[in-house]
Amino acid sequence: MLRGMAGIAAAILLLMVLFLCGESLLLLREIGVSRFFTDSDWHPTSDRFNLVPMLLGTLLVSLGAVLLATPCGIASALFCRYYSPPFLSTLYRRLLELLAGIPSVVYGFWGLVVLVPLINRWHPPGSSLLAGILVLALMILPTVALVAEASFASIPEAYWQSATALGLSRWSMIRGVMIPAAKSGLVTGVILAGGRAIGETMAVLMVCGNVVRVPHTVFDPVRTLTANIALEMAYATGNHRSALFVTGLVLMGAISILIFVAEWLDRRWFAGVR
Amino acid sequence: MTRSVFSRSQFNSKTIIKVPILLGLVTSLSACGQSSQKTLVLTGSSTVAPLAAEIAKRYEAEHPGVRIDVQTGGSSRGIADARSQVADIGMVSRSLKSEESDLTANSIARDGITVILHGNNPVKSLTNEQIIGIYTDKINNWQEVGGNDAPITVVNKAEGRSTLELFADYFKLENTAIKADTIIGDNEQGIKTIAGNPNAIGYVSVGAAEYNVEHGTPIKLLPVNGVEASTETVRNGTFPISRPLNLVTSGAPQGLSEEFVKFAQSSQVKDIVEEQYFVPISQ
Repeated sequence: MLRGMAGIAAAILLLMVLFLCGESLLLLREIGVSRFFTDSDWHPTSDRFNLVPMLLGTLLVSLGAVLLATPCGIASALFCRYYSPPFLSTLYRRLLELLAGIPSVVYGFWGLVVLVPLINRWHPPGSSLLAGILVLALMILPTVALVAEASFASIPEAYWQSATALGLSRWSMIRGVMIPAAKSGLVTGVILAGGRAIGETMAVLMVCGNVVRVPHTVFDPVRTLTANIALEMAYATGNHRSALFVTGLVLMGAISILIFVAEWLDRRWFAGVR
Repeated sequence: MTRSVFSRSQFNSKTIIKVPILLGLVTSLSACGQSSQKTLVLTGSSTVAPLAAEIAKRYEAEHPGVRIDVQTGGSSRGIADARSQVADIGMVSRSLKSEESDLTANSIARDGITVILHGNNPVKSLTNEQIIGIYTDKINNWQEVGGNDAPITVVNKAEGRSTLELFADYFKLENTAIKADTIIGDNEQGIKTIAGNPNAIGYVSVGAAEYNVEHGTPIKLLPVNGVEASTETVRNGTFPISRPLNLVTSGAPQGLSEEFVKFAQSSQVKDIVEEQYFVPISQ
C-alpha cells in the first residue's frame, strides 16, 4: 500500500521530468544548449534566448532573502523559547503560524501597493531586487523561525539543566550549548526556506520589475526564472514556448545542484557528530 | 447598471465558467430524452474573454441546452486552438496577420490602447517622438518633456502580449529597442504599478484605464497624436491605436458557432460590450 503510493509519486515526478525534457528537446536540438547562456539577451520572439540574467536573478533574490530571514528567524525562535514569558511566546508562535499560512500572492500584492512605492520614493523605480528580497524574506521568515523553534524544543531538558548547573549565563548557554545541539534542525529550516524562496513566483513577479538584465545594485529590477515562465506562458507559441520549458529545466537543474550542495555540506559538518 | 468586477479581476488566469456547466447538467437531466446537449468552446485573448463570457451567459440563458466554456490563454492560443479545432472559436484581440488567412475573423467589438501616467504628473500630453524617446531611453527625466525633475519609470508589457505588439507597431518600435524599468503582465498589474509610482509611464487598454479612473484610481489617460483617449474616440475610429476584438473560426463559422458569432455581433449584446468599456461593432 505505502510502497504503491510512493511508487505513484515517483512515477508522476518522473513523467513530469520527461515531459519537461520532451517539450524542451525540440528547441535544444535546433539551437543547442550553449545559446541559452551565450546569447546577447532574452528576446524569444526575435530568437535570442539568454537565461543567465534570470538565473542570476533567481539566485540573488533567494540568497538575499535567506541571508535576511535566517538571523531574524533564529533570533525569533530564541526569543520565543528562552526569553519571552510563556503567554507571549504562545501568542508569538501563533502569529508566526499565521504568517506562514498567508498565500504568497497576498505578500506580493502588499509589496506592489506598499513596499514598491516606498522604495520608489527613496530610489526609483521601486520595483527592484531589494523589493523582491524584502518580500521573500518576510515570506520565508516564519518557516525558518518555526523549524528553528521546533528543533530547540526537541533538545533534551538535561542539556539546559547541566548548563545551568555549570553556572553559565543565558547567552553563553544558548551560544555554547543550545545552538550547536540544534544545528542540524536549523540547517534544515534554512534549506526548506531557501527552496520556498527559489520556487516562489507570484510575489516576485509582482514586485521585482521583471526586466531581463543583470542587476548592478539592489535597486535595479530583476526577473527570476519562475516569473519568466508565469509572465510569458499565456502568450508563447513555437520556439518561445519551448524556451519557457527550457527555463523550467534550468530552474530544476539549479535547485538540484543546491540540494546536492546542501546535502554535501550537511554531511561534512555533521560527520563528527553522527 | 451593474458591472461585474469579477470579469476584470478574475479572468487573468485560465478560467473556466463552471456555473454554466452545472446549469447545463441540470437542464440536460431535466430534458432527458431530448437531443443531447450542445457545447461550444472558446479559448484565447484575456482581453476578449471577460466580454465573451458575459455574452455566453446571456446566450445560454436564451438557449437552454447549450453550454459555452470560455478559457483564457492569450491571442496566440486563440489562433492555435481555432486552427487545430481544439476550440470551436478562438478569441483574438488584434487583426489577423497575412499568414493567418486560413482563419475567418468575426469582429465583435473594438478596443483602444493608450498611454497612462500617474494622476499627479503635471505632464498633459506627449508627442509620438517623445513617447518613442522615453521608451528607447533617450529621454530619462520628466523635465525634458515639461514635467518635474524626476527620472522616468518606463513600464512595458511582457513579450508576446498583443497589447505590446499593437503599441510597438504603432510607434514603430523594435521589441529589442524598448528599454523598460518594469515589465508587467496584465492591464490591472500595469494600472496598479503606475498608480503607485508618480513618475511612471505605461500603456493599457482604454477600457480598463477608463474604468479605473471612474473608480478613483490615481492615473490619467494621455491623448495620442492629439486625439483624446476615450471609448468615444475609439468608437468613431479617430483614436489612432485601436484594435478589433475578434472571434476567429477555422473557415466560415457553421452551426452553433455561426449562431453564437451572429449573436455576439448583434445589438442584443450592445449593452454588455459597453459595460466593459469596449466599443460595439453594431450601431
